[in-house]
Amino acid sequence: MDRKVMKKVFFSNKMTVLCTGLLLAVMAASLLAPLSPYDPDAVNVAEKLQGMSSKHIFGTDSLGRDTFTRALYGGRVSLLVGFAAMCVAVLIGTFIGTVSGYKGGKVDSICMRVVDVFLSVPSLLFIIVVYAFMPRNMVTLVLMLASFSWTKVARVVRAQTLTLKERDFVTAAKALGVRQSAVIWRHIIPNLMPQIIVASSLSIANAILDESALSFLGYGIQLPMASWGSMLQSAQQYILYNPICAVIPGSLILITVLCFNVLGDMLQQILDPKLVK
Amino acid sequence: MMNQTDYLLEVIGLKKYFKVGGRKTLRAVDGVSFYIRKGETLGVVGESGCGKTTCGRTCLGIYDKTDGQVLYRGADVHCMNRAERQKFTKQAQIIFQDPYASLDPKMKIQNIIAEGIRAHKMASGRDEIQERVSTLLKTVGLDPGYGSRYVHEFSGGQRQRIGIARALAVEPEFIVCDEPISALDVSIQAQIVNLLDRLQEERGLTYLFIAHDLSMVKYISDRVMVMYLGKIMEITTSKALYHSPRHPYTRALLSAIPIPDPAMAKKKVRIPMEGEMPSPVNPPRGCRFQNRCPYAVEICREAEPDLKEIGEEHYAACHRWAEI
Amino acid sequence: MGNILQVENLSVTFRTHAGEIQAVRDVSFTIEEGAVTAIVGESGCGKSVTSKSIMGLIQKPGMVSGESKILFRGENILAYTKRQWESYRGQKCSMIFQDALTALNPTMNIGRQITEKIMVHEKISRQKAWQEGIRMLELVGIPNAPMRMKQYPHEFSGGMRQRVMIAIALTLNPQLLIADEPTTALDVTVQADILDMMKEIQQEHGMTVILITHDLGIVADCARHIIVMYAGKVVETGSAEDIFYRPAHPYTKALLAAVPRLDLEQGHLETIEGAPPNMANPPKGCPFADRCPRRLSVCGKEFPQNTRLSESHQVCCWLQRGNE
Repeated sequence: MDRKVMKKVFFSNKMTVLCTGLLLAVMAASLLAPLSPYDPDAVNVAEKLQGMSSKHIFGTDSLGRDTFTRALYGGRVSLLVGFAAMCVAVLIGTFIGTVSGYKGGKVDSICMRVVDVFLSVPSLLFIIVVYAFMPRNMVTLVLMLASFSWTKVARVVRAQTLTLKERDFVTAAKALGVRQSAVIWRHIIPNLMPQIIVASSLSIANAILDESALSFLGYGIQLPMASWGSMLQSAQQYILYNPICAVIPGSLILITVLCFNVLGDMLQQILDPKLVK
Repeated sequence: MMNQTDYLLEVIGLKKYFKVGGRKTLRAVDGVSFYIRKGETLGVVGESGCGKTTCGRTCLGIYDKTDGQVLYRGADVHCMNRAERQKFTKQAQIIFQDPYASLDPKMKIQNIIAEGIRAHKMASGRDEIQERVSTLLKTVGLDPGYGSRYVHEFSGGQRQRIGIARALAVEPEFIVCDEPISALDVSIQAQIVNLLDRLQEERGLTYLFIAHDLSMVKYISDRVMVMYLGKIMEITTSKALYHSPRHPYTRALLSAIPIPDPAMAKKKVRIPMEGEMPSPVNPPRGCRFQNRCPYAVEICREAEPDLKEIGEEHYAACHRWAEI
Repeated sequence: MGNILQVENLSVTFRTHAGEIQAVRDVSFTIEEGAVTAIVGESGCGKSVTSKSIMGLIQKPGMVSGESKILFRGENILAYTKRQWESYRGQKCSMIFQDALTALNPTMNIGRQITEKIMVHEKISRQKAWQEGIRMLELVGIPNAPMRMKQYPHEFSGGMRQRVMIAIALTLNPQLLIADEPTTALDVTVQADILDMMKEIQQEHGMTVILITHDLGIVADCARHIIVMYAGKVVETGSAEDIFYRPAHPYTKALLAAVPRLDLEQGHLETIEGAPPNMANPPKGCPFADRCPRRLSVCGKEFPQNTRLSESHQVCCWLQRGNE
């Protein structure tokens, strides 16, 4: 497919441009969080639970911390966890998916049964249980999230590999005496890119949602570090008294996840070679 | 009779079965024996499902065999160790039918062509590889500047030329052409066939040319092999095949081909076949062609005819070849 | 007999991301009633788009230009309303496609697909429609028709599926049948059977058929009139004898020379070098000029007017302008 044409299609679709723009804005704001005059963790009980004002544009929380600043720092954590979990998931999923699909036979059966097992475990409950035995830090969180989302990537990748390996250009490479690993690396994986890109965008969205859920339950990011999920948790006691504390992180989660999901859908259409010739 | 050592490729009783839907077996190739001499073109024709593509791919070791032997210069293609196998891939190559599916859309043309050169370490350094690729592109009639482009920028005929360049890159002596012109337009078909012809002359290549278009096969081949339901029906020189076909299936096939000449088309008599081709999962008893053959008698339903030599360079598998 | 269809200045464009593709450019021709007219050309020459315009099947991003006129028995069908189109399609004009598997609904049995079409257009009972369906299947040579009516498309072989599609197209006795590469996906023996069957029905019912194909053999076998298209233009029209024995356009000549003949011994196949032009930006003059062995300086500048060589034979070529 022509890159130029792809670019054109991408930019002619208003939804993709809007979602990409929103996501870039959220990311940029999070990255620029240190420009805020407030320390996200500094407690100032004198100014607690304030509403919107010129000093604190989205008010303060129960410990007097600036909600907006905290949401930006929280965004760094949520997005970082999302990205990291997605990267790990895509690496594992792509590896297992391609090997499983390409090798076929017993290897394939074993890999796919493992995937089935992972898909039948209630992931959040399992993570909470495992957390009892593991150090509670970000690395653990990322690995735990990734260990449940690679299965979806692996399934998509395997299905695509199955059709790719029957294509004539793969047969041609084999007939030319190209090594198996090189066939996978040079012919299979580059042709999986559309599927992998779509899967990663959906996978980020899922990771951010799961992280928020875990943090909300108190099992994710540990205080005083903020994430959108943990902010929601601390805001829930005061939700009637000062709803803005919950509205800000909540809508950030909503916007980010929605954008990633919509983008995933749109990319699926754009990258589908059947639709763009 | 020629000495056996003159055979570049010899196939003896080759069988290739596929398992389909549980316990059924599809007998794609069911006991075929033939040979190809060095420098000649053996055409393979037959209708879809006759096993011609499977046969070509099994000869190259792309598919494992079920039974029989494929000997390339006396060595069994399916019993090679890694080093022998690697050497074999340098000697025997394949060109595909679909010029769209057979080239990796994510790769530049030069990398597609250089793949074999790299796999066999035939050139060292970027410049030498680059030079070889340019020469190959010129050989197949393409601009050497096309190397840095991607596949989607090319037409069907140009893609087929790229596929030929990829096969030529390892300097093979034997090429299986798997319906290389079926997907192309008439005027482009002639270009590709002439290119293959020229390359054969220049490099002394040997071809196994698979196609369903009998007129093109007759034009390019020295000898032609007619397949039906995984079996060889007749092998002979391309001239004899048209002028004195002995197998009823060959005759029916020839009579079905439309001739691009209105007056000839009106004169032509068709030899009709009854019914449809049976499934290779469940071929008929006796002769494979028995249930559609206008000449079938008792013995055809009972016993399967062997491929017999019935003349010079002429083999047919029919009980009644002498009478009809 | 007179003309059933008159196409005047038909132009069709497709807006794509790669630019505006001018698939058919200012094409005019007539179709004689009760005869088979073949439109011949290579892929991308606009023959399929032309036939789809006659059926009113051009959809976005395709667009039929405002000047175009298609007169069916004197009535401009391009001005039809949606309602008129619906009754025109099926009753007056019907179409057969290349790929029967995608043209038939896999979740409906054949009987329902035929009766549905009958009942949309005519007020008769389901039982009568069913009887009519059986009659149609028998007409196209499907054995065991009453039982076959209850089967689904996947239970038919490729050739039988094509027959089913022809049966569906022929219900309601359309006056015009468009067959778009009806046998391209089939094997030669099946193709010959189907063409024989179609010829028989055509002659019996005096039906008008437009046959779209790239296979000159089929054209010689079936067509009375031939329209040769190249790069969205009609370059030559004439009777089968005109085109095959007295071709006037260099493209027609080259095309005929590029086809291998079973009945002749050929030393060398003529080829047309180069490839058809890009239709996003077609040349101003004759589109074949770049590949033409007898090119004049005027050829690149202006498209030649139609030259009438005889009652039936017309050509668009500068070389013939003086022969009028």
